[in-house]
Amino acid sequence: MDVRFKIAPGGKSVDETGLKFDISDFDGYAVEAALQIKEKAGVGEVVVISLGGDVVQETLRKAMSMGADRAVHLKHDGAVVDSFAIASALAAELKDGGYDLIMFGRMSIDTAHGAVGAIVAELLGLPCVTAISKLEFDGTTAKMRRELEGAYELVECALPAVVTIDEGIARPRYPSLKGIMAAKKKPLEVKPAQLPEQRLALDSFALPPERSGGRIIGEGSAAVPELIRLLKEEAKVL
Amino acid sequence: MSNVLAFAESRGGDVRRAGLEAVAAARKIADASGGQVHAILFGAPGIGAHAPKLAAVGADSVLVVEHAGFTNNNPEAVSATIAARMQSGAYGAFTCAASATGKDIAPRVAAKLKVPLAADVISFEVKGDAITATHPGYTGKVLQTMTLIAKPAVVSVRPGAFLPGQVAKAGTVEALASAGDPSASRVKITETGTGGAGKIDLGEAKIIISGGRGLKEASNFKLVEDLAAAFGNAAVGATRAVTDDGWRPHSDQIGQTGRLVSPDLYIAAGISGAIQHLAGMRTSKTIVAINKDKEAPIFKLADYGIVGDVIEILPVLTAAVKQARAG
Repeated sequence: MDVRFKIAPGGKSVDETGLKFDISDFDGYAVEAALQIKEKAGVGEVVVISLGGDVVQETLRKAMSMGADRAVHLKHDGAVVDSFAIASALAAELKDGGYDLIMFGRMSIDTAHGAVGAIVAELLGLPCVTAISKLEFDGTTAKMRRELEGAYELVECALPAVVTIDEGIARPRYPSLKGIMAAKKKPLEVKPAQLPEQRLALDSFALPPERSGGRIIGEGSAAVPELIRLLKEEAKVL
Repeated sequence: MSNVLAFAESRGGDVRRAGLEAVAAARKIADASGGQVHAILFGAPGIGAHAPKLAAVGADSVLVVEHAGFTNNNPEAVSATIAARMQSGAYGAFTCAASATGKDIAPRVAAKLKVPLAADVISFEVKGDAITATHPGYTGKVLQTMTLIAKPAVVSVRPGAFLPGQVAKAGTVEALASAGDPSASRVKITETGTGGAGKIDLGEAKIIISGGRGLKEASNFKLVEDLAAAFGNAAVGATRAVTDDGWRPHSDQIGQTGRLVSPDLYIAAGISGAIQHLAGMRTSKTIVAINKDKEAPIFKLADYGIVGDVIEILPVLTAAVKQARAG
């Protein structure tokens, strides 16, 4: 997402003109991790699901071009910002089971609340492990590693379960030409999202204030004494 | 007139800075709305001894939930207990830090209470009973301000954004029982460990020294570690390029896909300033950049920039910091 954003007129969204949509980083890891589980097991199905406007179909096709078997598009035009509402719509779709694992990226890039996966687990009554960086799956249990600040946990739980995926689990593959061609023929089911009323109101979007930075104090190690003085006297951090 | 429940995060038998910051954020809400702050502290038997630390930063009361099943993280039992407490009393809000543990707890609590949440909040305003929160989205490039319409409000706050002040309150200790058996959680922790012996936690550090590709090779991270040691209490971070190459563990990564930090001082050594990295550290209070390319984006963000080779400059800076701290 190395792009410059503009705020759209009205001040409540980002101007999407010229933006290219793609699978976000963590969701890409989740798709890759799911494909690797299926490939290792030799059986099973990877289904990708996304909620949003028609723009998400591009993302679903990309996941199918990587190897996912089919896709479900829960269609909702307009902004979705309330994690609880999004999770409710996903849980309504997933309530009948038929899966061993539900995998989420640990957070989205746009609204960035990092909450949907765990809320879906609660609504479905499933165990949940968030922000995992390793996953072993034997068909009945999942063994995982979670990264904390300066520490880690190894955890396990029975299936079915919900997991959210952190970095480090798997580098997403690039779709092959054959994969891209095959994805065009794979099933993509479109359904209206059963989105309850959103109770998180976006009041405004703003660009972060420019830092007063941009002050180059010198070159090479000769600038170190001045830096020390500034850290002591101006920033007061030394 | 509603109270605020704050998650007093603990690890290894002690309260974490993240827990103090959750209390600080709760204090701000309570002072604006005329309520009290209740800190909820989970841990193995004995954790209650740390309650005075929470009182010192503004907890009117401390709810202590002691059980061997809370020795490690136990999000199922912790979130169930928090939700039960929230439902039993007049709580207007729940706060926790947007740490690895807090980010795990907050959505579970929100789900049980059937309310939306605001995560990774850097500032908020309390107007009457309504909380308006601001958090960075789109890799930190856009600040989104939102109002939580449903009550209670569930808010996780970015580490470093709410500093615990010395606002001593009574901190009356009350023992609370876990909702459900903490030993019966479906997710079992089989092992825990630290990322490195004696390592200072990125989420807790007031000073962070980060290294990037400008260090040229993994072994030169020694120069970053030496500078961190000279400050005495600094943590070492890294860019995604560096953790992807295996120079440092993924847990050291600062950026949109790694840790989001706001230390008092952030020194970027040999880091050009890719947007993904800036997203993780742009809210730091003072930023120093050292890079050989004077056009590098990091200099636009830095309060103090030095143009030059980090490998030459870092040892000189380390010596100067040692001297400054000794004097």
